[in-house]
Amino acid sequence: MNINNKIAKTYIFSNKKLTAVGVLGVLLGMSVYIFMNCLMVGFDRTSNTTVFKNTAHIRVYKDDEISKPLIKDSIAPYLIINPKIVPKINTIINPKKILQILKNDENVVIATPQVNTNVFYNNGKSQISGTAIGIIPEEANNMFDIKSTLVEGHFDHLIHNPNGIIIGSGVAEKMNLTTGDNINLTSSKGINRTLKIIGIFKTNNYNIDKIKSYINMPLAQQILKEGNTYITDINVQVADPEAVEPIAAHLTELTGYNAESWQKSNETIVAAGRMRKIIISFVSFTILLIAGFGIYNILNMTVSQKINDIAILKAMGFKGNDVVRIFVTQAVSIGFMGVIGGVAMATVVITLLKKVYIGGDIGYFPINYESTKYLQGIVIGLVITFFAGYIPAKKAANVDPVEILRK
Amino acid sequence: MKTVLKTEKIDKSFHDPVDFQVLKDISFEVKGGEFLSMIGKSGSGKSTLLYILSTMDTEYSGQLHIDGQLVTGLPIDSLAEIRNEKIGFVFQFHYLLPEFTCLQNVMIPALKLGKYSEEEIENKAFEKLKILGLEDQALKSANKLSGGQQQRVAIARALINDPCIIMGDEPTGNLDSKNSGIVFDIFQNLTREFGQTIIAVTHDEDFAHRSDRIIEMKDGNILAH
Ligand SMILES: Nc1ncnc2c1ncn2[C@@H]1O[C@H](COP(=O)(O)OP(=O)(O)OP(=O)(O)O)[C@@H](O)[C@H]1O
Ligand SMILES: [Mg+2]
Repeated sequence: MNINNKIAKTYIFSNKKLTAVGVLGVLLGMSVYIFMNCLMVGFDRTSNTTVFKNTAHIRVYKDDEISKPLIKDSIAPYLIINPKIVPKINTIINPKKILQILKNDENVVIATPQVNTNVFYNNGKSQISGTAIGIIPEEANNMFDIKSTLVEGHFDHLIHNPNGIIIGSGVAEKMNLTTGDNINLTSSKGINRTLKIIGIFKTNNYNIDKIKSYINMPLAQQILKEGNTYITDINVQVADPEAVEPIAAHLTELTGYNAESWQKSNETIVAAGRMRKIIISFVSFTILLIAGFGIYNILNMTVSQKINDIAILKAMGFKGNDVVRIFVTQAVSIGFMGVIGGVAMATVVITLLKKVYIGGDIGYFPINYESTKYLQGIVIGLVITFFAGYIPAKKAANVDPVEILRK
Repeated sequence: MKTVLKTEKIDKSFHDPVDFQVLKDISFEVKGGEFLSMIGKSGSGKSTLLYILSTMDTEYSGQLHIDGQLVTGLPIDSLAEIRNEKIGFVFQFHYLLPEFTCLQNVMIPALKLGKYSEEEIENKAFEKLKILGLEDQALKSANKLSGGQQQRVAIARALINDPCIIMGDEPTGNLDSKNSGIVFDIFQNLTREFGQTIIAVTHDEDFAHRSDRIIEMKDGNILAH
């Protein structure tokens, strides 16, 4: 072993109490850091899963347009005094081609059309207004995982039953319906259909459960008196939902229609997530930093205690760098022990928490061993301990031995 | 005998709190194997001169040669290497590293030098302790020894790299007459038997007069060689 390391080791073990305090500080800081960050990843994941049960990563649709003058006139920009939304059909023209364009894009994993229809659900005398979504069942399930929200019935039956409907639990409750019952639907175009309930779904959002239902796309087109090219939305799924913005912009350009990212349509959730991220990052980093201050203190104390040793070592020919190395080694060793302990402790806490059942559609506590967060914590922890040691070490290296020895 | 240490016109001033020239035109030579004592009134500049000779203090004008090499103006890391290899120190307050054993204390400068393997160094260190009659204290923690014993360990440590010169600032200043006698005998023995060069600052008249040569300082000047 190198003599510098040997001296560092002696200092570490000759004052065990001080070392233990330093190690404990890093251990706690480290475990809290890893734990909180893993928790954050877990929260984000649950929150996103919830969002993606109802929202596609990108929704391509035709936006309403404000009426504009035909010729742009620089002197009088608005010939139209009171511009209004043009009552055009908000449908995607030539959807097959657009779908093909989307499916051919390298970023797109799934692209599936959908027809939104405003309807009344009727059962006897009770009537509720709501939205029936016309879908291609298999594709829609791949995207939204509708199956997992089903509390009654079988989703696959929708594929084989053109007159089947899957209704939200709120609708079912209000109209006292169960699987196998019939329900009457009236569209905004006055078309009336009696459909068979083949399933009931329940999301964690009651506002959705009390209005929404799924039907086959051709049926939706029929009750709107439209042909099979009538499509209101195309839902797009991409590989990485976090990197969806540039893809959405690209698709807008590519198709000429409005491609809206999930982040735009869920701004509140995204903002809340961002805030959570900032708070957790800030708090966990601060805790690690405090552990760093602990080491800084301990090293400063050691340097003051060992000032005679430092002078004598320099008199015997130790260079400034040797002195720096001695004390940085001491700091980093303390940091290293703390980091190992912290990783172990975080793992234990996460293992225990994973087993806690929360209930609802969250199930078990949403936390996991996130290797990136572990790595991040280890690196930040070691960097902090390095600098916490380096500053006092540099001070020690600059000690003038003559000043100490002549006293 | 060859010249081991030489100074040429060394001047040094302190500026704090007032301008004050502490060393004036110090020129002298030390030959190999010489046992030199430096005496003089308190405040005459002995310690200041010794720290310059030891290369630890670099703020002076004039020239210092050690072992035929001009060391004035060398970068501090090179000076550290020269100290490690060529100079051994013994201080008034023994200054061992208290958390290490005597043997480890003796070994440290050699481990730093890195010329021999750890095993060889350990054997050598043990030998040096033996010369100083401390072989049975080797594995004791340094802070468990008496003052006189610690001073002898410090001498063993100064010897470990077989330096050109051993320098001591009042190496017996803290010891009773019996232990002073022992340290003196060791020094004398080292010069007689091993040809060791020694420069020792002392207030002990007896110690000085029994050494080979005396340099007396007064108000920053060398009075007599
Ligand atoms: N760092 C300093 N700043 C200012 N003056 C100093 C400094 N160090 C020493 N001096 C002054 O230099 C002079 C010589 O000091 P030095 O320690 O060399 O004396 P000395 O001969 O070793 O004395 P003693 O026998 O008491 O040890 C003294 O007057 C002292 O006050
Ligand atoms: Mg002195």
